[in-house]
Amino acid sequence: MSSSARYFESPVGSAEPPLGAAELERRLDELVGAVLSSRRTAAGLARGLAEQARPLQDFVLRWAGVAAKSSPELAYQFAGLAARAVGELGYAGAERWLLAAMDVYDREGLYRASAELKDLAAFVERAREGAWGVSFAEVAGVLETFVAGLAGRRLKLAPAETAWTDSATLFLPQRITLFASRAENFRVYKVSAALLWAQTRFGSFALALADYSGTPRELELLNLLEALRLAARLEHELPGLHRDLEALSRPALGAEFGPARERLRAPGASAADSLAALRRLPASARAPDWPFLGTLDPARALAVRDERVARDKQALRAALQHWSDERGDEGLPPLDGESLASGAAAPPEDVQRLVQSLRQDLGELPADCLLPAGESPYPAHAREAAAAADRADGGEEAGALRYDEWDHRRGHYRRHWCVLRERDVQPGDPAFVEAALERFRPQIRQLRRTFEALRGEDRRLRGEPFGEDVDLDALVRARAELAAGGELGERLFVRRARRERDMVALFMVDMSGSTKGWINDCERHALVLLCEALEALGDRYAIYGFSGLTRKRCEVYRVKRFDEPYGLAVRERIAGIQALDYTRMGAAIRHLSGILARQPARTRLLLTLSDGKPDDFSDGYRGEYGIEDTRQALIEARRSGVHPFCITIDRAASGYLPHMYGAVNYTVVADVARLPTKLAELYRRLTA
Amino acid sequence: MAQEGDFRLEREPYYRPLHGEVELFEAAWRNRLPVLLKGPTGCGKTRLVEFMAWRLGRSLVTVSCHDDLTAADLAGRYLVTAGETVWVDGPMTRAVRLGAILYLDEIVEARKDTTVVIHPLADDRRALFLEKRGEVLHAPPEFMLAISYNPGYQSVLKELKQSTRQRFVAIDFDYPAAEVEAAIVARESGVDAATAQALVKLAHMTRNLKGNGLDEGASTRLLVHAGKLIAQGVAPRTACEGAVALALSDEREMLAALNELVSSVF
Ligand SMILES: Nc1ncnc2c1ncn2[C@@H]1O[C@H](COP(=O)(O)OP(=O)(O)O)[C@@H](O)[C@H]1O
Ligand SMILES: [Mg+2]
Repeated sequence: MSSSARYFESPVGSAEPPLGAAELERRLDELVGAVLSSRRTAAGLARGLAEQARPLQDFVLRWAGVAAKSSPELAYQFAGLAARAVGELGYAGAERWLLAAMDVYDREGLYRASAELKDLAAFVERAREGAWGVSFAEVAGVLETFVAGLAGRRLKLAPAETAWTDSATLFLPQRITLFASRAENFRVYKVSAALLWAQTRFGSFALALADYSGTPRELELLNLLEALRLAARLEHELPGLHRDLEALSRPALGAEFGPARERLRAPGASAADSLAALRRLPASARAPDWPFLGTLDPARALAVRDERVARDKQALRAALQHWSDERGDEGLPPLDGESLASGAAAPPEDVQRLVQSLRQDLGELPADCLLPAGESPYPAHAREAAAAADRADGGEEAGALRYDEWDHRRGHYRRHWCVLRERDVQPGDPAFVEAALERFRPQIRQLRRTFEALRGEDRRLRGEPFGEDVDLDALVRARAELAAGGELGERLFVRRARRERDMVALFMVDMSGSTKGWINDCERHALVLLCEALEALGDRYAIYGFSGLTRKRCEVYRVKRFDEPYGLAVRERIAGIQALDYTRMGAAIRHLSGILARQPARTRLLLTLSDGKPDDFSDGYRGEYGIEDTRQALIEARRSGVHPFCITIDRAASGYLPHMYGAVNYTVVADVARLPTKLAELYRRLTA
Repeated sequence: MAQEGDFRLEREPYYRPLHGEVELFEAAWRNRLPVLLKGPTGCGKTRLVEFMAWRLGRSLVTVSCHDDLTAADLAGRYLVTAGETVWVDGPMTRAVRLGAILYLDEIVEARKDTTVVIHPLADDRRALFLEKRGEVLHAPPEFMLAISYNPGYQSVLKELKQSTRQRFVAIDFDYPAAEVEAAIVARESGVDAATAQALVKLAHMTRNLKGNGLDEGASTRLLVHAGKLIAQGVAPRTACEGAVALALSDEREMLAALNELVSSVF
């Protein structure tokens, strides 16, 4: 069984006497009351459980509580089967069994989930057989980092039936159990991931869609030929990886592949050569059953590619425009493929990154990418809409604040352009926070420990008027002064003291519509963990959300003010954070850095958490204008003595980030699922 | 008291110029301007200063800054010897008297109030105030102040203040181009060209992880370390795991990923 099994072998509270049937019934009723009826009571469950030892009772209650948050029905079924499951699988195994069923519930609903839960025998069987197996979830973190290290565009990882890629995400099987050792099964994962990375990196999808048309058998063979071509490339670049790949290329290829293999080893061989080789294969050729060979889906990969290429092209033209503006009269240096790579006038980072991405997709850089965006990127109708909104005024009510906005095209502020209001977040269900506390319990414990350590840092202060040791330096100095006819100084001691963390932080959380669902959940989880950590640390902090619709309705939502304790009200507001409208970031930054600047502290930190581009529905805020305004607002914040730091959840490869946030520090969290632990960790690093 | 000779370099340090920084440094020295060397750790800042001291025939006084470094540590203090109190110069005072190059390494690690004492030395006053002795030392024309700073730190407490940085001529450092870096690694560690190239490839991979779990990628220094182990006969994978992966991270998952990268390259 995996190493994590040990953590939970003896759950907490084991020394206490068992709970009686009545108490158990009361508690179960609370948890799953919603699905009970006259025929189906908590009493039956409680009777069975009353005979069990206390640790098991605690385990069942705790996890039934967790399950009930998703589905009381599932929790009820779990409570009935839990004792048997623990008997068969141990606590850790039983926990996995329930979590697997809850996963099914999330994906496919109650019916399938309850079937999964009830089929305990099958789960036990799989658990035994899977002792050597390796699952996607176990390796995803390592492999994602591994692939990021291999260079090129950022890729995501996700589980699927077979290994394949759409050129943005690498899909890998849920579980690999082919070999009788974890190391070998892991190797299959690693080689599959590397090969998919190589497909995106070395042009497997660089041709036109029509080129890829063929029967399923032909596609399978093409996949093999591509693997041969890419393997040859890896042999030189990554010899260690190539050895792993060779070791898994069993059974050996038949002689019918000999010529193709030779041809694809040539330096510079491309996907077109694989296609040519495919046509020359004898009709009898069959692809072997190598474990790392997944499937090729050129249609989907090309769809994703084309979308990205269009986006990159546009972003590149905007970036070039920007660069050209910056260089002023000099204009752009000649932009053939070569001078982009290096040379005297090295292009800004975003230009380089976009060029690289386009080259990776298309093999070369089409000439039409290299023209700056030109005059105004805004279509006439958008300008008219903005002008109309400008004329129709309003928002002179109490509590409405006005903020300037930066118009980069004019190089001027639009005075009092945005109307901003502070509002309270509608309280949400505190159960959300409790569930988060439960789910992240080990992480929170860890965070609190780390943060407490940060708080307790001692330092030796020298030259103090009193203290536990004599400061020899100071004493000698004082003697010398005395001898020279001066006064005997008083600051002669060394004192141990806690280092004062004179620091306040304001967290500014994206509540725009684009965060709906998963991102919003992760943001809220992240805030729960953050609060727990900061409470341990003792820094003063505030949390605000922001969203808005047009310049007349920029809204900032109070989640926790500086002077408010982290109590039930705050928790309810965290739970109540929702995805609302658009992201007019500039006004929110101006307002909140104003609040922050008024806090008495030596260091003031403004952390923005958003999921991407500033965006608004009208006034031309979308695109460059919003990016420039946000950038400007961050620069202003910095000037006012605030340290801004931006955290972005990256969903699209986004070329504007270095420019928008470049003036301040920022980081990209590629995997939203990691945000909860990452946010607190980032804060620690930032203030260590 | 220290003799000037103590701080002279005996042999020419090996330094591979990257992009005109040698000329820039020298011009700054001729014009009595202090320099700020900016860049990630282990990319040749210290080595450049050593090389320049040799080239310009100056003594070199180096101070590695840390957060307990006080102004007195730099300037000097009174000590008692045989019942008498004697003033002893700190490294900064010594460097000024010697007309040396004073190199304050990782300046942001020093306490903020310590950083301030270098201000009068760093502007056109070029003076050092020894408060305790009521003395003002004027730096001779050969004296030069150089400081280094790693902007990669993300802590807001470790940023260089504007009032400090605006006194310096900045020289930007980055890791050298791949072939150049491989040449440096081969020469410094004694490994063959192919191994040096593989080490540099590994370094690039770790640098791709900057901001994605690593604060910084592997520096040239780490590659030289790994190379030295390999040149001693340690297996490349073992050498890289010890000298590169473990030096970069303590996190289990990150270490696993780094080791997978190592075993892909070698
Ligand atoms: N341009 C260079 N020429 C020669 N050696 C270099 C160069 N850059 C880096 N190195 C090697 O890297 C090591 C670390 O460089 P160092 O100057 O100590 O880094 P830092 O930038 O932290 O001061 C040196 O000891 C040397 O071996
Ligand atoms: Mg150094």
